[in-house]
Amino acid sequence: MRYAETGVNLEVDLSRGSVERVKTDPELTRLHLGGQGTAAKILWDRVPPEVDPLDPENLLIFSTGLLHSTLVPGANRTAVDTFSPQTGRYSHSLFGGFFGPEMKYAGYDKFIFCGKADDLVYVWVNNDKVEIRDAGHLRGKGAQETALILKEEVGDPHAQVASIGLAGENRVYLASIEHANSSASRGVGVVMGDKRIKAIIVRGTKDVNVAQPKELAEIGIPMYKEMYDNKECGDSMAHGEGDEFHVDNFAWGNARARRKNFFSKEMEEEWVSLEDRLRMRWTGCHNCPKDCHQAIKYPGRMPYFQKCYSKLTYAMGAFGDLDFDYNIIGITQEYGMDAYSTPQVIAFAIELYEAGILTDKELPDFPLFDREDSDGIKVNESRFFYLVEKIARREGIGDILANGVYAAARQIGNGAEEYDHNTIKKFEQVPIKLNYVNYPYFLMYATGEKMNITQIEGSFPQAPIADKAEREEFVRNWDAAPERFKKWFLAWEPRQNPSLEASVHICDWNEAMHYIDDAIGTCAFLSSFRGQFGGRPPYHIYNLPAFITRASGIELDSDELWEVSRRNRNLVRALNIRRGLRRADEKPPADHWKKREPENEQKLLDMYYEFKGWNNDGIPTRETLDRLGLDYVSEDFIQRGILVEGEDDLS
Amino acid sequence: MVTVEDCSKKRIVKEIKVDLDKCIGCRACEMACSGFHAVPKFSSTNPARSRIRVIVEDRKDVYVPVRAGDYTPAECNGRNTYVINGKEYSECSFCTASCPARDLFKAPDSGLPLRCDMCADDPTLPVPMCVQVCRSDTLTYVEREEESREEVTYDEVESGLESLANRYGIDKVADLVARISRTKS
Ligand code: SF4
Ligand code: SF4
Ligand code: SF4
Repeated sequence: MRYAETGVNLEVDLSRGSVERVKTDPELTRLHLGGQGTAAKILWDRVPPEVDPLDPENLLIFSTGLLHSTLVPGANRTAVDTFSPQTGRYSHSLFGGFFGPEMKYAGYDKFIFCGKADDLVYVWVNNDKVEIRDAGHLRGKGAQETALILKEEVGDPHAQVASIGLAGENRVYLASIEHANSSASRGVGVVMGDKRIKAIIVRGTKDVNVAQPKELAEIGIPMYKEMYDNKECGDSMAHGEGDEFHVDNFAWGNARARRKNFFSKEMEEEWVSLEDRLRMRWTGCHNCPKDCHQAIKYPGRMPYFQKCYSKLTYAMGAFGDLDFDYNIIGITQEYGMDAYSTPQVIAFAIELYEAGILTDKELPDFPLFDREDSDGIKVNESRFFYLVEKIARREGIGDILANGVYAAARQIGNGAEEYDHNTIKKFEQVPIKLNYVNYPYFLMYATGEKMNITQIEGSFPQAPIADKAEREEFVRNWDAAPERFKKWFLAWEPRQNPSLEASVHICDWNEAMHYIDDAIGTCAFLSSFRGQFGGRPPYHIYNLPAFITRASGIELDSDELWEVSRRNRNLVRALNIRRGLRRADEKPPADHWKKREPENEQKLLDMYYEFKGWNNDGIPTRETLDRLGLDYVSEDFIQRGILVEGEDDLS
Repeated sequence: MVTVEDCSKKRIVKEIKVDLDKCIGCRACEMACSGFHAVPKFSSTNPARSRIRVIVEDRKDVYVPVRAGDYTPAECNGRNTYVINGKEYSECSFCTASCPARDLFKAPDSGLPLRCDMCADDPTLPVPMCVQVCRSDTLTYVEREEESREEVTYDEVESGLESLANRYGIDKVADLVARISRTKS
């Protein structure tokens, strides 16, 4: 019997209209655990670099995590993996809610889509019964509107839906996949739309078995209370306290101005009362005691769920206010647009207009700014509404902006490239502009392949603790950290960088935890993202092995778990290396920090590559790959001339 | 509510209070219940086997955890719609019955009705599983004493048999019971 996983993937070929249930190799679970790990293996095997992301041969993979649907609380992140037309590279996004668990109850570890349907379809997975159905009647419908219609149509209120809106249908690169209280973005929505899948609806009523029931329950059941009582996990920033942090520290407009001390007591009062009026309830994801998502009812909009920093991304991009943000998300979530990159693309376009690079010719009837705010800055709310419509429909200039800032800047030309100042590897970054280069962050931004810093950072604290006694106290209770980090944290003084060596390890630990979460499905807010604030994530490298072993029967300890994450990390790296990623691409935006240290930065990269077992150009060496059991990758690299046999340092 | 035999005139009523406003829709209660009732205990989870289901209509802000009650052979004649604080609830959302009108509270393979047994176990759990994992306090557990009244209670076997009878006809079931009792005695 297979434990924790089902051992079956669902293969859907949209070109041929065929579906197949395929047994998986348990050895692959042992090597990669599941989720992103096994998805990367499938992408490696089946989507060579010659395949364009918009070719039918590209795959779109929905993966459950290994621990989904077991008693382990908070394991509900569904991974979506593909290649993105925006970056030409590997694309990975996670969404919470209930979808992955339902997939597993239906009997599947993964849904793998290949090919393209002739016209819009939806896929109805009801345990063993799978149908590809016409979705003509859903064309142009909002993402959640679609979910409601489909639940009604199949007559099952317990079914779970993942759908795209207008943006995905129109192959907007910023498109998201929406589900219940969560969404996936960064390139996956456009591929779903390109395959002409309007929605997937799934319902499952099968058992998911675990290997050591009593032992798993013994550690699983107490976690509900532990997590609930632990204020250092979940999305505590969603519960108000993040407002000041985001408003004062993140950059406004087109990732330009930081407005320190902008947040005030009055703002706070006004915002809290607005949210209390708009919020229907706080909700959680499958089998998790935290409540990170607020259900919002904005007058005239479809009720939607908001989480994390998205309540400010539009507001800050437009120099607008909170009410505006809640208003516009009511539209953008139904269109299915990523709340991180969309506002940046729009703010970028507005700057081009102000600079005269875009004119009334490209932006007919472009509204005037709405008003000036207390600092005399132009507020661009109406312009945001205008541009959202253009982009979602790929209408006029929207057709270019829909390709993201990097591509749009080059298509528009005429100096527009100068305004693309906040992308890495062709992808929009969280708008943060700071003073002094931060070593661990330099490495995370430069070398990360999950494209958003929140998917890379998270285990080592963001800031040191000034007070020595407090610092020692923190380290004493720091169960999540390997010993070496305790030493480095104790030595870390305010306004200093950790040592180069420490920074290398910090980047490695931070991303390792994400690679673990993304294979087993645990939410980063309970694990990889949360250690950086307070140091007490419920899940960490030392207690996760027991959960994995007891649920799946796979015996492993912390070192072996770290090794799996290394394997998955290198496989993902290999996907991008095969698509051309090299050292030259690995750099944060030039203005991310005002004061840079070019020499140390290059030294950091050298050290990091060496630590990772990558050559000077950032390519995993044959030795590294073979040691991780990825010899099929090294062979391919040698065949393609990416690695030269016997010359690990050359490429 | 489930009644527990007591020799005296008093009996203990075990009650789970449900505060709908606190529910975060996490469905941990379903996981814990289905795990607890798996054989062997916690060997599998499957919300479809849970004796508590959370009825969710997220865009309408409807979240109602319901525990499985008795089996009923026929669906209700017409339905009420309740409006509470401006929110519309179907009568079914509160109904505990394992009923032909819906697939709630039926074992997914056999179709046999599921019924909350208040986590009957030896030794008795201090707090039922669903309440243990509901950290938002949507579900809370109280025991109180009540004067005993004459009462008929179905147990699981009885409601199971009744549903079989409805499905296959009472004669067939009677035959089967007779046959089984011959082989077992
Ligand atoms: S911690 Fe928050 S975001 Fe994560 S699974 Fe729980 S409710 Fe969802
Ligand atoms: S465990 Fe509690 S909060 Fe969660 S769904 Fe069940 S009743 Fe609601
Ligand atoms: S009391 Fe026990 S049997 Fe009844 S619903 Fe709760 S967990 Fe299930």
